[in-house]
Amino acid sequence: MSTIYILWLRQLKRYVRSRSRIIGSLGQPILFLLSLGYGFGPIFQRAGQGNYLEFLAPGIIGMSIIFTSIFSGMEIIWDRQFGFLKETLVAPVSRFNIMIGRTLGGATVATFQGIIVFVIAVIAGFRPYHWGMVPGAILMMLLVSLLFTALGTAVASLLEDMQGFQLIINFLVMPMFFLSGALFPLQGLPAAIDIIARIDPLSYGVDGFRALLVNTSHFGLVQDIGILGIVTAAFLLIGSYFFSRIQV
Amino acid sequence: MNIIEVKNLIKKFGNELIAVDDVSFDVQRGEIFAFLGPNGAGKSTTIKMLTTLLHPTGGSIRLNDHDPAREADAVRHSFGIVFQDPSLDDELTAYENMEFHGVLYSVPKATRRERIEQLLKFVELWDRKDDLVKQFSGGMKRRLEIARGLLHHPKILFLDEPTLGLDPQTRNHMWNYLKELNTKEGITIFFTTHYMEEADRIAQRIAIIDHGKIIASGTPEELKSQAGKETLEEAFLSFTGKTIREESGGGLDSMRQHRRMWTRR
Repeated sequence: MSTIYILWLRQLKRYVRSRSRIIGSLGQPILFLLSLGYGFGPIFQRAGQGNYLEFLAPGIIGMSIIFTSIFSGMEIIWDRQFGFLKETLVAPVSRFNIMIGRTLGGATVATFQGIIVFVIAVIAGFRPYHWGMVPGAILMMLLVSLLFTALGTAVASLLEDMQGFQLIINFLVMPMFFLSGALFPLQGLPAAIDIIARIDPLSYGVDGFRALLVNTSHFGLVQDIGILGIVTAAFLLIGSYFFSRIQV
Repeated sequence: MNIIEVKNLIKKFGNELIAVDDVSFDVQRGEIFAFLGPNGAGKSTTIKMLTTLLHPTGGSIRLNDHDPAREADAVRHSFGIVFQDPSLDDELTAYENMEFHGVLYSVPKATRRERIEQLLKFVELWDRKDDLVKQFSGGMKRRLEIARGLLHHPKILFLDEPTLGLDPQTRNHMWNYLKELNTKEGITIFFTTHYMEEADRIAQRIAIIDHGKIIASGTPEELKSQAGKETLEEAFLSFTGKTIREESGGGLDSMRQHRRMWTRR
């Protein structure tokens, strides 16, 4: 237990101390929210889909969470390069606990990022349909964060250095974000895109945020939570398996 | 009684590179043992296998009666290590790095507080305890790594070139402390160094490794008389020759990396 706690605490301390990273990682969501939100707003309205900012904000929360989570999970590569990973790997504690501590820490950080984006969206004019649902939405953020931090950990356990990072961002994270329905409704899509969107775990995350924040849902909240829960458990298992096999 | 038993240990990277080639040696409980060899001889690879960080290709290891490859957790309970290259978290303070280590090694809170203060004072970093490690100089980081390695009192302490880049004062200071730990608590000390005079003065027994093979072993006196030389440095040179070795780290690492990128472990 104390192992999990100290690793969680370490992730948090690193996050709080890197102010430039916090501010830097907010640039992208703000840009998306303002340019897309205000830019496509009128067209979306004319197409009879209602307020685009309201539709988009949950998607941008999802975007900020997936990027922060994957990045947190992949911090293992930094630790490997700076040598700190060895310090944790030779310690007499189970690697499963180390992985869980790190993942919880990364997920907490990503949830914070999601909350900050939510606040920014509110400032930009977004209103949740019921404020009482916001705590539920935050729990949902934590679940989605856990899922993607575990995925980042699994991927990072297989990589030796940062050279593979760009590959992961461009061929894994970007497609998951763009095809998740974060930016457009999932109704009436071409079959291929529809299938990808159904495989993409972020689709269920964004859909869950919409269910809780704006009371619209494509899959239904129960299915969202069910699928996210199962995938998170699977990624945690896969991640801890790969992590336990790391050799330095 | 032996605390470390290594038999016919082999480590290959890919098909070509044999980093450790049929190495056998024993270390007795409570002994101060020096593992010497030129750069790229296989010292660090051997230590990584002893400390569960790498799996051997062949041969067997018993460390405190456990097998590092199969009983990693039991083995990890028995040793502490000061690595050759840095392993601190730069974004944490000196104190937090110590605290982190103490918690991982479940040193009880009161003992932890007390020892952290004692050790940080010992390496003269107590007044910098709340500074981030990234602000430290190379020598300060080295001292902190040593202090951290001593925070829990394991059965075996591995020190991979611990004195590299330390001034004679700190070096002297550190060895006195280690010798005291060795006599008082019976901690076995396994270290590598390039300072032959240090090995001669500190080690009770020495093994010399070159090109992945053990080429000589014994007490410092035995090695000197085997080689027929006055000092350990001369004996070492007569065993290992005078050619300067390629620093194999780079080549070895990149080979491993390629192998890992394209093959499943």
